[in-house]
Amino acid sequence: MLESIEVTKKFVGKVAVDGINMQLEPGHIYALLGPNGSGKTTWMKMAAGLIKPTFGEIRYNGEPIGIETRNDIAYMSTEPYFYDWMTVGDVGNYYQDFFKDFSMERYDYMIGQMTLEKKLKVKSLSSGMMAKLKVAATMARDVSVYMLDEPLNGIDLLARDSVMNMILQAAGENKILLISSHLVEELEAVVDKAIFIKEAHFAGIVDVEELRTVDGISLADKYRQVFAGIEVGGVQ
Amino acid sequence: MQYDSKVPIYLQVINMIKTDIINGRITCGQKLPSSRDLAVEYTINPNTAARVYQELEREGVCYTKRGMGTFVTEDEQIITGLKKEMAEEAIDIFVKSIGELGISIDEAIELLKQKEE
Repeated sequence: MLESIEVTKKFVGKVAVDGINMQLEPGHIYALLGPNGSGKTTWMKMAAGLIKPTFGEIRYNGEPIGIETRNDIAYMSTEPYFYDWMTVGDVGNYYQDFFKDFSMERYDYMIGQMTLEKKLKVKSLSSGMMAKLKVAATMARDVSVYMLDEPLNGIDLLARDSVMNMILQAAGENKILLISSHLVEELEAVVDKAIFIKEAHFAGIVDVEELRTVDGISLADKYRQVFAGIEVGGVQ
Repeated sequence: MQYDSKVPIYLQVINMIKTDIINGRITCGQKLPSSRDLAVEYTINPNTAARVYQELEREGVCYTKRGMGTFVTEDEQIITGLKKEMAEEAIDIFVKSIGELGISIDEAIELLKQKEE
């Protein structure tokens, strides 16, 4: 279980995350939803151990986030993080050097499925190919928690299908998957839980099929309800 | 895969599978994919996929052989019943929309016949 206890992150002049309490359980794919600047990325970076909360704590199976939990939690950030000189094959080797749990076999399989060639230079990749490469490298790790920050941004329909496919193949009873996205509609059928983050605060968690079964509304409808009155989207 | 995001996904997938069984794309007694594979194939959450099989089993459309997987029933009667049930649903929708247009059943039958010719 991934647990966020009163997690707060302050940057100079700004509270990015404010007292977030929530629990993520294995066996679910969660959407992390909120407009730009609501604190989703900051929260994920804290769960990945890249930055530390100002107050509060994130725990994984009771263990505070740190060097140890990095072996359990894979995080894909929005920023590109490969060197220009690397080829798709080099990215695999680089990950293998970094992470004991990285499976080259799984990486090769996903790369093949997505028609990415190993000899291609990272520099030459289109944004869709780059997005697929980032997801493949992250999902080729064998961990219990996968956090993907905006995996669907700026990519075409076919690339989205492959990304969704990889996400679903990695899901399982013992895994926690967390996906942030602005593209709520794209996640409707894939996630089963959705967490709303509104202006740095936790603004609720819903069961997505229950929304449709009980209330007859879609996740996008619920999103509009939760965020109505504040500007949605905007310029990044 | 395109879904109506206001209608429970498990019901939509159940209907697709039932339709495939009725028109023979999926045959009696055929082994169905594991719920994990079903999730990938239909691009749905794995918990939704598990629910699809639970419901289909509850309705007698499928059954699970321990350690072997999920199979379509071999009972033709269930499939005939399924066809009738789905036809009724389609007719209900048709009758409702035609009613909203102020067209009587008799007029609708006449229109259907014209369509056939």
